[in-house]
Amino acid sequence: MAEPLLDVRGVTLQYKTKEHLVTATYRVDFQVFRSDRYVILGPSGCGKSTLLKAVGGYIEPVEGEIRLSGTPIRKPGPDRVMVFQEFDQLLPWKTVRENVTFALTASGRLKGKAAADKAMEYIEKVRLGKFADSFPHTLSGGMKQRVAIARGMAMEPAILLMDEPFAALDALTRRRMQDELLQLWDDTHFTVLFVTHSIPEAVLLGNRILLLSPHPGQVKAELNSTGADDVGPGGEKLSQRIQQMLFDEVEHKSLVADA
Amino acid sequence: MRNTSVQVQRPEFVARSQDKAFGVVQKPLTPWERVYGNSAVRKVALLAVLAVAWELYARKLDSPLLFPTFTATVEAFIHAIASGVIPQRTWASIRVLLEGYGVGLVLAALLTAFATASRVGTDLLETLTSMFNPLPSIALLPLAMLWFGLGNGSLIFVLIHAVLWSVALNTHAGFRSVSQTLRMVGRNYGLSGPRYLLQILIPAAFPSILTGLKIGWAFAWRTLIAAELVFGVSQGSGGLGWFIFENKNLLEIANVFAGLFTVILIGLLVENLIFRTIEQRTIHKWGMQN
Repeated sequence: MAEPLLDVRGVTLQYKTKEHLVTATYRVDFQVFRSDRYVILGPSGCGKSTLLKAVGGYIEPVEGEIRLSGTPIRKPGPDRVMVFQEFDQLLPWKTVRENVTFALTASGRLKGKAAADKAMEYIEKVRLGKFADSFPHTLSGGMKQRVAIARGMAMEPAILLMDEPFAALDALTRRRMQDELLQLWDDTHFTVLFVTHSIPEAVLLGNRILLLSPHPGQVKAELNSTGADDVGPGGEKLSQRIQQMLFDEVEHKSLVADA
Repeated sequence: MRNTSVQVQRPEFVARSQDKAFGVVQKPLTPWERVYGNSAVRKVALLAVLAVAWELYARKLDSPLLFPTFTATVEAFIHAIASGVIPQRTWASIRVLLEGYGVGLVLAALLTAFATASRVGTDLLETLTSMFNPLPSIALLPLAMLWFGLGNGSLIFVLIHAVLWSVALNTHAGFRSVSQTLRMVGRNYGLSGPRYLLQILIPAAFPSILTGLKIGWAFAWRTLIAAELVFGVSQGSGGLGWFIFENKNLLEIANVFAGLFTVILIGLLVENLIFRTIEQRTIHKWGMQN
């Protein structure tokens, strides 16, 4: 088997609130390979966003290690670009074009015209060419997220980190954005680590799904998906299997016993 | 099965053609709506109403020594401008003001940078601002006169005090309110230190910074005029405050009003031309303020 691109080994993450020390994940292991659409799925409180932030380099694990192409992750960097759920992730004082270009120049990836051309190429890819000179506040939520995705992809990171990027969108827009993301993947086969709490989204977008249980987040299963919600060996659809694993503790135990 | 008998059953409807009788979707506003929608026009109209009220009341009072009419004030104002007295006094005031404002801003920037970089700095800024911000600058004037003598030095000292705290306080508050997402985006690009400050924090905190600059400007302007009323004679000619004081002593009350008029006018100009333009070109354009 090939070397994993991202190697997460025994990672325990903790953060402090005013009164408590919270353990978000406990000894989580997983590997992401090149061109994976890797989805981390779990109910709220399973530490999936915290896990993504740790991969981003914003939080340091108290135990275990995260390696990207063999090098341990210590701090944020442009080789792992984050796409956030929040609409305010674009710099409001820059236009769409400037936002994407600035990401390239500030991170030192490209300079001058090369940066502008690359930015425009990806803005076209997300079909926002007409809005290249608009300021973010004039765009809809879905368009802002498309800019954020264009920005992330233009930087051509080793891995694109997406933290529930479509969660704040309305259902119709979300559906369209999911299809567009898959089309973009067909184009360039980028590696993406995608966090969500929606089972249909995970089944549709992922080729590999990591299930986390809550309080603290621990690995429950790692499943393959073709995107079509296939019927598995147990006679039920993938989404039903996931549903049962996440929400029916009793049935899950019997499933494990069967296997 | 759901019980549907409780619901009213009705046929479906699908439109075959769309009615086009609604005319145009976007209709231009009428000229009156456009004029009324312009805030500058509304404000000028308000000023005109105030001027008329002033004129009427002063004529009814008929006491030029206590309350000259609007027309008499404008006449004195035009006369003082033509003779070059007001432009000269205004320039004297503004020069001192800019010096004090500039030094105040530099000190505020240093203090805020220190406060952003370290926790001790934050404590220092918070303690100093809570001590000195409520202290009126003019209360420091006797002390300043003792230290720096009767000159521009004293004026600049009280001006710095007027500007420094409000600008530092607002800038610091602005930095603290920059969203966590934007901070993470900046760090994601690998920005740190001065580049992070200049390219992420300052623009993101710009609404607060601008508020600080405006408050600082207003404090500085009123402090200067008040200080000049106490002593204005430095290097032969004083500023606007001294002009007002002199004319009061000479009982040239229309000139006193003309002096006050100039103070107000400059305040209006700076607010509506300079700061408004900066606002329009920055935070308004960026959608950070409605």
